[in-house]
Amino acid sequence: MADDAAKAAFLAKLKEFEGREVGTQDGADEVNQAMIRHWVEAMGDRNPVYTDAGAAERSVHGQVIAPPVMMQAWVMRGIAPPSRGPGNAQDELMALVESEGFTSVVATNCEQEYDRMVHLGDHLRNRTVIDSVSEEKATGLGVGHFITTRVEYETLEGEPVGRQMFRILKFRAGTGRQAASAGDGEEQARPKRPRPALNRDNQFWFDAAKEHRLVIQRCTGCQALRHPPRPRCDKCGSYEWDAVDASGRGTVYSFVVNHYPQVPSFDYPLAVGLIELEEGTRLVANIVGIDPSEITVGMPVEVEFVDHDADLTLPAFHPTK
Amino acid sequence: MSTTTSLKYDDVNVGDELPQLDIPLTRTLIVATAIASRDYQDVHHDPGLAQERGSKDIFMNILTSNGFVGRFVTDWAGPDTLFKSVKIRLGAPNYPGDTMVMTGSVTKKEDGVIEVSLRGANSLGDHVTGTVLLELPT
Repeated sequence: MADDAAKAAFLAKLKEFEGREVGTQDGADEVNQAMIRHWVEAMGDRNPVYTDAGAAERSVHGQVIAPPVMMQAWVMRGIAPPSRGPGNAQDELMALVESEGFTSVVATNCEQEYDRMVHLGDHLRNRTVIDSVSEEKATGLGVGHFITTRVEYETLEGEPVGRQMFRILKFRAGTGRQAASAGDGEEQARPKRPRPALNRDNQFWFDAAKEHRLVIQRCTGCQALRHPPRPRCDKCGSYEWDAVDASGRGTVYSFVVNHYPQVPSFDYPLAVGLIELEEGTRLVANIVGIDPSEITVGMPVEVEFVDHDADLTLPAFHPTK
Repeated sequence: MSTTTSLKYDDVNVGDELPQLDIPLTRTLIVATAIASRDYQDVHHDPGLAQERGSKDIFMNILTSNGFVGRFVTDWAGPDTLFKSVKIRLGAPNYPGDTMVMTGSVTKKEDGVIEVSLRGANSLGDHVTGTVLLELPT
């Protein structure tokens, strides 16, 4: 979605959701002591009005109340929520933003107002409306869209108990400033490099790399070398091929130094070279062992192999010593 | 604080500070509170999936941030606290191994309603900032 027109069209589609009703959701259970107990134990909250009937009776509340901040929990849809059926505005909106890669989610704001305290036996329902969807924003976590909903809470009998404004950020993982600084500080686990898309045409090349061998595909019809791997020789049309070991020596044909956007599985600045091997084929690989500002076109380089993780080894090139 | 006696409206003055509350952010706490709030999003319990989604580890869910805001206020004001509203904004994630330090003070008092402004900070910055409106017996 680099293109501004496509971005504008996508935003227009998102904006169509503003004001749409998501519908009502009934709590799975009445407000009950067991769920309150799980909550206050987990939170370490010792306020006795949540669990002690005697203390609650002596308080201004007169009876046990649920923690008011627990309001949203009574209507949470659980570990495997049943489908809300086709045409549900919230499900459709989520599917739409996720289709453009905004698959990660974080809640950013919550504002609750309470009309009254909620008691044991109250059965809550909520009623949700999509309030707004923001334009694309660059945030610390990543590039994404804020989605704001307004939720009314009431009893099944229709008595209002409170309301909530809730805002989430749907974002693309690895596109934020926090991702860029990953690697600072204590043991930041870094995600693995993206996997190559392996198939029967290119598997041999990555298998050889795992053995720290740089190979070049060769047509057995006309002996022409080719890279990247492909099924058919573009010189003679033959589908027959084998592979030969490369010397590992070459020159920098071209290169780029990538500063932004930063993805946590790579180190930056990231020097990516187009290397011309002395056998004549070219391949894309990282240039290492040199300050990226000192790389020049034509510079002689030599292969080395980087074991990124147990399943991925890739060639990289350093200046010839 | 007391779990049996509450502050009265007249006991409270603008500028009063709430007792600091330190929450050690154990992995167990983050998972247990997410489940107690029926929030099964994988980023709150599965470190591998949390990393795939661009987070360095699992992190506390927003319902729990609300839960601690509620606890922080009633730890100070007592069981007669009547909440009117809780408004929070989240910043730095609460990751396992860190500590959230909650501080706050009374920022307004008028027409029987008390406003508390608070923050919960961890080593990365402010996890939560917000305001709570509440009533107390006179």
